[in-house]
Amino acid sequence: MARLDTDRIRKDFPILSTSIYGKPLVYLDNAATTQKPVQVLDTLEKYYQEYNSNVHRGVHLLSQQATAAYEQARKKVAAFIGAAESDEVIFTKGTTDGINLIASSYGRKYLQPGDSVLISAMEHHSNIVPWQMICEERGAVLKVIPMDENGVLKIDELPGLLDEKVKIVSLTYVSNSLGTVNPVHEVIKQAHAKNIPVLLDAAQAVQHFPIDVQELDVDFLVFSGHKLYGPTGIGVLYGKAGWLNDLPPYQGGGDMIKTVTFAKTVYNVLPYKFEAGTPDISGAIGLGKAVDYITELGLDAIREQEDMLVQYALSEMAAIPGIRFIGQAEKRSSVVSFLINDIHPYDLGELLDKQGIAIRTGHHCTEPVMDFFGIPGTCRASFAFYNTTEEIDFLVSGIKRAAAILQG
Amino acid sequence: MTINEKQDELIEDFELFSDWMDKYENIIEMGKDLPLIDEKYKVPENLIKGCQSNVWVQPEFRDGRVWFTADSDAIITKGLISMMVGVLSGHTPEEIVDADLYFIPAIGLQNHLSPNRSNGLLAMLKQIKLYALAYQSAANQGHK
Repeated sequence: MARLDTDRIRKDFPILSTSIYGKPLVYLDNAATTQKPVQVLDTLEKYYQEYNSNVHRGVHLLSQQATAAYEQARKKVAAFIGAAESDEVIFTKGTTDGINLIASSYGRKYLQPGDSVLISAMEHHSNIVPWQMICEERGAVLKVIPMDENGVLKIDELPGLLDEKVKIVSLTYVSNSLGTVNPVHEVIKQAHAKNIPVLLDAAQAVQHFPIDVQELDVDFLVFSGHKLYGPTGIGVLYGKAGWLNDLPPYQGGGDMIKTVTFAKTVYNVLPYKFEAGTPDISGAIGLGKAVDYITELGLDAIREQEDMLVQYALSEMAAIPGIRFIGQAEKRSSVVSFLINDIHPYDLGELLDKQGIAIRTGHHCTEPVMDFFGIPGTCRASFAFYNTTEEIDFLVSGIKRAAAILQG
Repeated sequence: MTINEKQDELIEDFELFSDWMDKYENIIEMGKDLPLIDEKYKVPENLIKGCQSNVWVQPEFRDGRVWFTADSDAIITKGLISMMVGVLSGHTPEEIVDADLYFIPAIGLQNHLSPNRSNGLLAMLKQIKLYALAYQSAANQGHK
């Protein structure tokens, strides 16, 4: 397999050669959002300069061009995740929006008092709160697959949890705060054996390794464009056509209808049924370009590069006095959560920032994970294929310098 | 010293440092001068919960002036609080309510007062002013 030419790739990302506080930017917060290549930026600019127009409505040429580009983006995304039909790809605002859509539409139709929704102990708040809200509304209960102290799901407890009350399983593919890659094939297999559908939160997965929704046999899968080198404000909900046809619409409005009278509205077909109002046209087209970019590099090559980076980081960081890694799963993504002695993550993050190093600090929107480990938060460095081992060396020396100041 | 004289002195202190890390060492050093809140006051009612670091503050009204004790679990935040408390403690409620804390942007720490910073500092400043406002209106009631 061809290794990635990082020097050349970095030239595609203008922000990577900028400075902050007079120091070269070392961007290690890729799990929060990724940077955008010029190919995506140019696509956005071209859209607004040359064919900005509303989609699915106009008789005029620009509208036809915008519609064609928007629908082409849907096809690209469908091919990227291996969907059987492009109608199974719904454009959303992002991962959170996709989960809210399914929680609401599925919950209103299928959740009855006493039923339950099964999630895991390492979910992002966006895969907890929407389910809590619908459970409260429907009189259902939220149940949790537990994890161990390495941040690995206790999968042997799954058969006991999958009782006849469970109406849907909603699980993260990869943990955003621990980096754990979950055994989703096994979860889907066991759930399907009991006719329970599964939603996968792939926000931290789709940018790191190839995903094929048909091979996974997953019922719903959601992710965000901005973590996949695309624009913010655009995301994807994949759903099997059978399910999406079956579920009621989420929001009402323009574009999602066939006919409207004051007495009765007939809803549009997929995918429009779930895309009320003017969609994020430029975002979708930009995401399509990001998918092209990733496909050209190849997700296998990306995975190889990121595996190398995270292994390098783990071995170099292990030598920092007082370091403690939070999340030590064997199967992991390029996310490293850590603490140094009793230094507050916020203090460390601030002193790294002033050295030009961008990491994330805090609970990473996974407060239950932090409660499980009995910590207020962590420092999290997360790598993308454009990062280098030199940047990891900067991180290690930056942490040592900050720790020396913070520990007097 | 007036509130502004204290601020000017702080700004002058920080002019000695051109490197950010040196500035931060100084901020952390100042945290050691913070009059610490009595452990018994570290209760949820006195907790100003920022998104990331926790800040506790307790006012005391003596002889027409307000004095603050405080603490934080993050030591940079503690240093900033120490400066803030140092500037505002020992002044009248009116002076505190009217104070414009220009020393924070002047030493390049304006980020710490931005609402999205979520380190508790902005919330703490609001709380300090609310305490002062409460003492002020209580005093005004008394005069009527």
